[in-house]
Amino acid sequence: MKIHEYQAKALLQRFGVAVPRGFPCFTVSEAVAAGQQLGAGVRVVKAQIHAGGRGKGGGVKVVRTDAELEEAARRIMGMQLVTHQTGPQGQTVRRLLVEEGADIRQELYLGMVVDRNTQQVALMGSAAGGMDIEEVAAHHPEQIHTVQIDPGQGLLPAQAEALARRIAVPEALVPQARDLMLGLYRAFVDSDASLAEINPMAVTGDGRILALDAKFNFDDNAAFRHGEWQDWRDLDEEDPNEIAASRHGLSYISLEGNIGCLVNGAGLAMATMDIVKLYGGSPANFLDVGGGATTEKVTEAFKLMLSNPEVQAILVNIFGGIMKCDVIAEGVVAAARQVHLTVPLVVRLEGTNVELGKRILAESGLPILSASNMDDAAAQVVAAARR
Amino acid sequence: MAILIDRNTRVLTQGITGKTGMFHTRLCREYAFGKECFVGGVTPGKGGQDFEGVPIFDSVAEARRETGANASVIYVPPPYAAAAIDEAVEAGIELVICITEGIPVRDMIQTRYRMRGKSTLLVGPNCPGVITPGQLKIGIMPGHIHQPGPIGVVSRSGTLTYEAVGQLRELGLGQSSCVGIGGDPVNGMKHLEVMQRFNDDPATEAVIMVGEIGGSDEEICARWIKAHMTKPVVGFIAGVTAPPGKRMGHAGAIISGGQGTAQEKLATMEECGIRITRNPAEMGRTLQAVLKG
Repeated sequence: MKIHEYQAKALLQRFGVAVPRGFPCFTVSEAVAAGQQLGAGVRVVKAQIHAGGRGKGGGVKVVRTDAELEEAARRIMGMQLVTHQTGPQGQTVRRLLVEEGADIRQELYLGMVVDRNTQQVALMGSAAGGMDIEEVAAHHPEQIHTVQIDPGQGLLPAQAEALARRIAVPEALVPQARDLMLGLYRAFVDSDASLAEINPMAVTGDGRILALDAKFNFDDNAAFRHGEWQDWRDLDEEDPNEIAASRHGLSYISLEGNIGCLVNGAGLAMATMDIVKLYGGSPANFLDVGGGATTEKVTEAFKLMLSNPEVQAILVNIFGGIMKCDVIAEGVVAAARQVHLTVPLVVRLEGTNVELGKRILAESGLPILSASNMDDAAAQVVAAARR
Repeated sequence: MAILIDRNTRVLTQGITGKTGMFHTRLCREYAFGKECFVGGVTPGKGGQDFEGVPIFDSVAEARRETGANASVIYVPPPYAAAAIDEAVEAGIELVICITEGIPVRDMIQTRYRMRGKSTLLVGPNCPGVITPGQLKIGIMPGHIHQPGPIGVVSRSGTLTYEAVGQLRELGLGQSSCVGIGGDPVNGMKHLEVMQRFNDDPATEAVIMVGEIGGSDEEICARWIKAHMTKPVVGFIAGVTAPPGKRMGHAGAIISGGQGTAQEKLATMEECGIRITRNPAEMGRTLQAVLKG
């Protein structure tokens, strides 16, 4: 799960990390009031969407007067913000963060991730902050310094100080930077984060270390112990189909193509998309109905796929395994009837009672094309989508 | 011969009185030597009862003492599953297979940390389990698609593994052992550790390695294969068409920071002498071609 910058900053603040004074705003008049509350001087109006690159896309504006602030808020609120992470259609801005400006002397980078190879949390830092860190990682990997954090001891103050020095924090401010890193680590662990970034972490002219921007992603598996995530979730930032899918225990991701794919198991679902592509087709979605493909789940899955007007054909690929193919076939037939299926449907079933399953599909009277293996299924569905 | 499990393995089911634990313990006992191999179950508070003749104990330590079990399989729900792994490790179980999907990564980091220096092997979590066809099945895979033979299978996914096994079956190629290592970012055995065992196993003549986007386990294993493997390996990576930044069902299947793409993995595997296929329907035939030289 992703959250907004202002929510990430509020989280960090609870763990002692210094952030600029600021207010989240849902309307232009709230933004104006927030600006006045912050007082005269340099202030920043920042679009709040779940994507990076907001500055380049025109979603961040530094202002010096109340009039400028109001103008910036009017322009940004409601705009369709396009960044390298939103895709060409962009994302509508519905929230702003208005905060006090900072006299920035240095922009540094801090990031925290779960390192899969060492199976512990890693803290990364770079003197090249403010920029796209993926660019730095690609072209100047030597500028990124990584600290491995022992899960038993946590981040050690000495480790944090050493990293602060490596990324050129002025010596007098090393203790502040250290405390910020320790706070970041506690926030990361406590909130079951999967990724956190402070980019930039600013060194200011008045000798402070501030988190100027903040990003947090959470581990969805830990939702059961984080009731507060319900309040932090912004459904406007999520694909409505993906929201509907998660409500039914389905895993669904929208793609650009025109062939709907319904598969059991994540690996087989990806492999099914891959083989559709290999046969010259283009998948409209990733959709994993999970290990047990029940009639209810398959029906919901059909509804989801058919809500996409681009879908020209559907491929169902179920490796039944322990589930019996006749039961799955009955589920597919019931679901297809219920949603009044109008596009060609190719079904590939494998597992126990496969012959019985195929007979149920054939005798349903529905225009279902039965496939004997993945090659056959992909070839048939790609041809059907072209017709 | 086989790897990790055979008919002499003695297994406990942790979470044996839950719906999933009951269902799969029953199916595993019906497969090959399962009735001899499954010697006990654990559910705190239900010690002294039995499940279809399998004695239930309050703790893993007690169950191990009473039954001599050396392996356990876990179906405990996600909030308690990491603690169940810890309990099995503490009790000195040699092989722990965790089927549970949805364990928080933070819990697994702590559990893997506590496992340092211990000899227990962990398979999973979020995996289908391990099967040595004709001998013992520990997990949720369909037993009937497997048959004994010379091919090792290692994979991060469940149904895609069954797909590979199904293709081998069509070609009359049986399996030595099949290991599902699971789709989570922080887990137990990786491709590498399974591959090393297949290399040492006289009953294994060739291996199918199925991977997916995310992380670098496949690349690490590929480099080891290049340097040490004496048997042919066929590889497939799922997710060539997966968009970056999206979690493709499995928590671990995500391309982040430009790392972990299928193309990158396939290129490394090919460089390391692994015979790759980009077509998931060709895993079996590719292996057959490699065997024929």
